[in-house]
Amino acid sequence: MAQVEGSVTVSTEILSLSRAMNEGLRKAMEHDSKVVVMGEDVGRLGGVFRVTDGLQKDFGESRVIDTPLAESGIVGTAIGLALRGYRPVCEIQFDGFVFPAFNQITSQLAKMRLRSLGMLELPVVIRIPFGGGIGAAEHHSESPEAYFTHTGGLRVVACSNPSDAYTMIQQAISCPDPVILFEPKRRYWDKAPVDLDLSGAAPLGRAVVAREGEDVTLLAYGPMVKTCLEAAQADGSRSIEVVDIRSLSPLDEATVLSSVRKTGRCVVVHEAPVFSGYGAELAARVTERCFYDLEAPVLRVGGFSTPYPPSRLEDHYLPDLDRVLDAVDRTFAW
Amino acid sequence: MTIDAARGTPRGTVAESPPGLVQLLTPAGERVEHPDYEIDLTAEEIKGLYRDLVIVRRLDTEALALTRQGELAVWPSLRGQEAAQIGSARALLPGDMAFPSYREHGVAWCRGVDPVKVLGSYRGINHAGWDPRKHNLHLPTIVIGSQALHATGYAMGIQRDGAEDAVIVYFGDGATSEGDLNEAFVWSAVQNAPIVFFCQNNQWAISEPSERQSRIPLHRRADGFGFPGVRVDGNDVLACLAVTRKALDGARSGQGPTLVEAFTYRMGAHTTTDDPNRYRLQAEVEAWQLKDPVDRVRAYLLKSRTADQEFLDEVDAEAKEVGADLRRRCLELPDPELDELWDNVYVAEHPLLADERARFTSYLRSFDEVSR
Repeated sequence: MAQVEGSVTVSTEILSLSRAMNEGLRKAMEHDSKVVVMGEDVGRLGGVFRVTDGLQKDFGESRVIDTPLAESGIVGTAIGLALRGYRPVCEIQFDGFVFPAFNQITSQLAKMRLRSLGMLELPVVIRIPFGGGIGAAEHHSESPEAYFTHTGGLRVVACSNPSDAYTMIQQAISCPDPVILFEPKRRYWDKAPVDLDLSGAAPLGRAVVAREGEDVTLLAYGPMVKTCLEAAQADGSRSIEVVDIRSLSPLDEATVLSSVRKTGRCVVVHEAPVFSGYGAELAARVTERCFYDLEAPVLRVGGFSTPYPPSRLEDHYLPDLDRVLDAVDRTFAW
Repeated sequence: MTIDAARGTPRGTVAESPPGLVQLLTPAGERVEHPDYEIDLTAEEIKGLYRDLVIVRRLDTEALALTRQGELAVWPSLRGQEAAQIGSARALLPGDMAFPSYREHGVAWCRGVDPVKVLGSYRGINHAGWDPRKHNLHLPTIVIGSQALHATGYAMGIQRDGAEDAVIVYFGDGATSEGDLNEAFVWSAVQNAPIVFFCQNNQWAISEPSERQSRIPLHRRADGFGFPGVRVDGNDVLACLAVTRKALDGARSGQGPTLVEAFTYRMGAHTTTDDPNRYRLQAEVEAWQLKDPVDRVRAYLLKSRTADQEFLDEVDAEAKEVGADLRRRCLELPDPELDELWDNVYVAEHPLLADERARFTSYLRSFDEVSR
């Protein structure tokens, strides 16, 4: 598959986000025999989004576990496996199904290092396909990231493109702390070149400037990065910078703040409800840290303070290019 | 040490019916007796069950077609499970309360829910379409097993009311692994709640065979919780009716919960987004085809001369009409209004939601102004 053509190097392949995640998992499993994958339908089926396709065939049933239909059990037993020296990678099939595991994640997984005075570590990864835009039934389109960023002891990251999917899953697995990895399910089939050599990759905790601009900064992660890039592209009159947050907790403040200091304007975009959402933290932090650099208040674009709607209303609920640019307009009208 | 000690025998084709299975009508349509379960139905009642089976299959087929044509976003087919649903739901009295999962279209039919109202959530226009109190059928529950605790609490309410109603809760083989379901077993047992746990063991939780959920037959789980468990031929509508009726009578008369495991098969995909060819053999599907829940009743009706071909033709014609009517009315279902995003989240207007509604409505109007 390797190609040598133009800017595409020998270690680059065109992969969908799902496939890139699959390749990353495969790399991690080849690299460390203690890595085990567990979840509902991850084995024979290869996951409902095919992220684990072929892994059980290649690594066996003891390393790729079709679990009972019990999310609390998936995370709880992952904790036990980690205590025994394994590096479990759990799949929660859809965002809305993580809540039966909430106790295990927030009360158990997040706290164990501290409770053991640093003697125990739990290198558990929890992968969660999240977000809407696929016309799905209830509980299949949610963005629960703020519940987890609110919980000390967890690292929370979100990938937005195939390259980061490939990289971040491997970095998450090698991370000694528990990592929640949110995967933008509506972007699973987006394809892009992926550099299979990790040496130049940004570290797990780093935000990246996905598009440079001068006039306003858009802060986004997961599925909204692409929406923001499209908005920036569509706006002919202003130069819009897009920062892909990537790591929600810990937040790479340096990258975020230096962008906002440069542009003086900031709009935060996510699918989750605006009220008490992760954007509230970004807005507050940016305001605190670079108040005198701001030309306008930090604005937020996101979902409403309602349960996720039936799919025929989701286009209203989800931020789109127009709503992002409307917020950009408002920051200039200040 | 082997990892798969609990896995049981490999799956290929289906073995003969498992031991202990309550059956009153064989796959060939022969009436058989069971020492613990009797059923005495009039010809009209049996014909009524047949009509239910044929119609819900037709409704399901129509919904599948609507999904393939893009009119529904997704559909979880009940095909193969008609007898489990019709038999159990026809055992309910009007005052009994049923808590479904998301595949119980046949139960909805028996509870008098207009079939088009079942389609709303799959068309993406609402989350649930019927009045749960009017039909004594609760909303569908997608998060697996959660409804078992709701059902248990409802049954505790019946006890406190001194009423003689009972509760039935539907779930699948996969749900038996969830904490909520096992907590419901514990609660209902120690409360002696008037509830029937009706497990449709359709053998597959998406791609995972039931051996992935349990090392023992599911109905025997009840032993450990301290109430009876029974395994019934889930493709035998008469047996499902008899077993459920007895369990409901027991609940009503203060004997507490029963677990009914209806041994059946999901003939289709988990939902229209699933591809079962990735994980199960066609031979298994074909073996279950021979145990079809509708065919055996038809065979019985003809063999016993309970009904003639003319009746069967009438039912087919009616089912066709009900299916066509469902299709027509599905296409006429209105899209939801924007305001439905914020309506009904709270009992009264919530200031934050009111603000969101006002701002977003004004935002949408700004497009009209631009285009004018």
